[in-house]
Amino acid sequence: MTQESVITDEMRAAIGVESEVYVNDVEKGAIVKFAQAIGDDNPIYNDEEAARQSRYGGLVAPPTFFRSLRSGEMKVDVSSPYPANLDGGSEWEYYEPVRPGDRIAVSTMISNIFERPGRLGNMLFIQRETKYVNQFGTTVAIQRTTGISYQP
Amino acid sequence: MAEQVYFEDVEEGMDIPTLRKDPTTQQLVKYAGASGDYYQIHYDLNYAKNNNLPDVILHGALKNAFLGQVMTDWIGEWGDLKKLSVQYRGMDVPGTPVFAKGVVKKKYQQDDENIVECEIWLETHEGQRTTPGYAVAALPERSE
Repeated sequence: MTQESVITDEMRAAIGVESEVYVNDVEKGAIVKFAQAIGDDNPIYNDEEAARQSRYGGLVAPPTFFRSLRSGEMKVDVSSPYPANLDGGSEWEYYEPVRPGDRIAVSTMISNIFERPGRLGNMLFIQRETKYVNQFGTTVAIQRTTGISYQP
Repeated sequence: MAEQVYFEDVEEGMDIPTLRKDPTTQQLVKYAGASGDYYQIHYDLNYAKNNNLPDVILHGALKNAFLGQVMTDWIGEWGDLKKLSVQYRGMDVPGTPVFAKGVVKKKYQQDDENIVECEIWLETHEGQRTTPGYAVAALPERSE
């Protein structure tokens, strides 16, 4: 049985459009709080004294710290009609460490939208690419995510 | 800090040290606060059940963090994590341990870097792999 698509022309038109950019100030306390929340006691995230003796010369952020940063607003509405959302996964590329005091500009682009029937009915997949650029104009990381939504 | 692993010490097929995590509902609340992800399925049992979930469930991104840590613990201070990918295939609930594991799939040199590629995954205490992933890292050499 075929189901009517919930992907609108507006959603399709949003593919490839860059969002606004939001600049996040990276605070030392936020890095430590994030490391503690994930239960990672690596001194390079938690202990400034120890981190200073390390190759980094100071605290750095754990690999998934970027999840706490905000991205700029989307320019086109791509909200799913379904109320239930699941995170399908992430793919990361890392280029440079992030340190307290960095200013990370975050923008997101929808890279793909598709539907597939699943265990919970029709599933809507929205894939996004989020780019993280520091105050020197260097791309420090890229994250590709897959968001899944459905009608419970 | 843990002892540094070197490229010369690594062989394809070798296991990387397992990381045990004991996520609790309190950790999910801490993670919600630290990440800014306040979706209620991670701390509100009624909300989770109304969404046909058996219990509150771990944030995918928290499991991603566990799989990041199993790599960064292993590659140590002088290792560089270059790529990390995870897929949330199954749900994990708080109150039981999860185990982040990995195995080295490939090692090679490229552009003056010592690259290792690892299959990584998160496993429940019953041995079910809920979260497969893949990681690429660069390791230091002893001779450097």
